[in-house]
Order: sequence, then structure tokens, then C-alpha cells
Amino acid sequence: MVEFTLPKNSKLQKGKTFKAAADAKNIRVFEVYRWNPNDGENPRVDSFEIDLDQCGPMVLDAILKIKNEIDSSLAFRRSCREGVCGSCSMNINGKNTLACTKAISDYTGNIKIFPLPHMSVIKDLVADMTHFYAQYASIKPWIDTQTPPPADSERLQSKEDRAKLDGLYECVLCACCSTSCPSYWWNSERYLGPAVLLQAYRWLVDSRDESTGERLDALEDPFKLYRCHTIMNCTDTCPKGLNPAKAIAETKKLLLQRQ
Amino acid sequence: MNYRSPLTTARGLGSAKSGTAHWWLQRVTAVALLPLSYWLVVFLNLCAHAAYAKTLAWLALPINSAGLLAWVLFALYHAASGLQVVIEDYISQEGLKLCTLWFIKVLFMCFAILASITLLRITG
Repeated sequence: MVEFTLPKNSKLQKGKTFKAAADAKNIRVFEVYRWNPNDGENPRVDSFEIDLDQCGPMVLDAILKIKNEIDSSLAFRRSCREGVCGSCSMNINGKNTLACTKAISDYTGNIKIFPLPHMSVIKDLVADMTHFYAQYASIKPWIDTQTPPPADSERLQSKEDRAKLDGLYECVLCACCSTSCPSYWWNSERYLGPAVLLQAYRWLVDSRDESTGERLDALEDPFKLYRCHTIMNCTDTCPKGLNPAKAIAETKKLLLQRQ
Repeated sequence: MNYRSPLTTARGLGSAKSGTAHWWLQRVTAVALLPLSYWLVVFLNLCAHAAYAKTLAWLALPINSAGLLAWVLFALYHAASGLQVVIEDYISQEGLKLCTLWFIKVLFMCFAILASITLLRITG
């Protein structure tokens, strides 16, 4: 539901400051959101001074440096460090992105790092993705056919039909788009959000799938689909350069087409 | 303690299998209001510079009453359906949402009836 102010136990406090070594010349301050479910305290923002001459080029490198050398209690998700796993999605200087593909040099001044907006926080930068993944499971993200596959061969697809999946299959489900969407903030219990709707469209346009009608039936809902008001925050923030807003618009066109 | 699985929560009550007509009509009325609003401004400007009897005669012409009626009904429908979207977006308590939606629909229907009767009674 709509919340214009933070609940009492979510109000931010000033945290600790970790100074860089005295001989460091190229210092950048990273302000990182910290919250520990076990200490009963409100969340705080810790400041870490990082010597960029001793740090890799990406924001994730700085976060790893903090964890390895300054404060090992910092919690965050990461895996591939090259933008294909979608684990290190977070809000950096007000915009959702992947920390591993975002260069520190893209920013000037202090870099503020927060968890994905309007998600329950498990600890520090780790958001609870349970509902997001369940919504993904709810659209049945697998091929659904009645016709058995051809004997001794794959289900074939023309090059043109395969090209329709470009711009869709690259989605890594990092949730940057969904958590940048106000409709998803206010109504995520029912609205599927741009990431899941892009994935749903990926199966709608797959020429090998035989359940397009049933998939459209499941999406045709004032909340599941039509909470999208095409403000395009999703497309603006997608770290993979995809266009979920277009996928949603195409889904609406398909629903209109079958009226 | 919540023992429901995350998938049960995500699926909820399933799809309402509606929404497309509402979404489409909102766009149809928006597009229809573009030329109609231009015509309305031109027409009202003419009326503002004409004598009362002349204005009444113009308003009594079927083409003008039809244009005005179309503008009023499309604008009211568009406004009501837009407000419905805003209410659904921002009010999450089911009871309050239902009552507000009901109130908006009845209010705009009354506006539409009142405007239609008023327009159709102008006979010159």
C-alpha cells in the first residue's frame, strides 16, 4: 500500500565513519545502508572512505573491498561480477542498477548505496526476493505444449521467430525494474511488475509455445497487468538496456487483438 | 505465523479476466476528446461573441447538441475511469476502496444524466 513516510523503525540514523589510510590520495566516500535484524536498532548509513588507487573500477569492487578489509559484517549478494547473474542489484545514487557493471567513475562525489527500494530488508543490502520469485513462478516460465516434440529432433523455430525473443531473453531477473516502479511499490501483492511481465511476454511470443491464450487469460487482470501506467521507470533503470515497458505494451496489444 | 506458500500468495485469487475494455475505452475517449475539445473551444468562443438568442439557436441545432453531448459524456467517462485507476492505485483497504469507487461512479453518472437532460431541453 501507499507509504509516503518511512515507518518509525525504518527511519535512518547517522552511522559510523571509517577513515582511509593517512597516505591515501584518491579518496571517495561510500555511504552504505546498514541494518541488522538482530540488534533492534534502526537502520543507519555508514561512511567508508576508500582509496580508489587501491580499488577495482566498479562499485562492486568497492563494496568487496569494504567487506574484505574494513567491515566483514556488511551483507550483500554477488556472484558473477559481470552482469549475468543479477545478484548485486541495489540502489546506487538513487537509481537501481547492478553494482558489478557500474563504474565508480560514472559518479561524482559521495556514492550512496541502498538496498532495492520498497522491499523488505533481510540485512544491509540484501532484500527479500521471495515474493518476486514466486510471482515469476506464477507465470509458468517454461514452454507449454500439447504437440509432442518431433522424433529425434528439436522443436524448430524460424530465424524471424527467434529474433522476437531478442531483448527479452537477456533479462537476468535482478528486479531493478520492478523495484523502481511506483505501481509495484504500492501494489506488489497483486501487480506482477515489469520484470515478471517482460518474462511473461517472452513466453507469449515464443513461436514454439502452445498456450498463448491461457497465458493471456492469466494476465488479463486490472491488477496483475493493468497497474502499469507506462511511466517507463523500468526501461530507464534496466542495467541490461532492455525495455519492459514495451513488452507490457505489446501484451496489452495482444489482449486487444483477441477481443 | 503464515503457513501459506509464497506461490499461493503470488497467485492470489487468480485473474479477473477483465481490464482490457476499461484500459482501451480510456484511450478511445482520450483520443476522441482531442478534436472534440478543439471544436468546443471554437464553439464557445463563437457563442461568447454572439447574442443570447443566436447562441440558443446554435445550441438547439442537432449537430451542436450532439457535439456538446459527446464532449460531456466522453469527458465524464474519461474522468471517472481515470479516478477509478487512481483510487485502485492508492487505496488498499478493500472496504474504503469499494465505497470510494461506488461513490465516484454514482456521482459521475448523476453528472452525465444532469448534463444530458439540460442539453436536450434547449430547443431554441
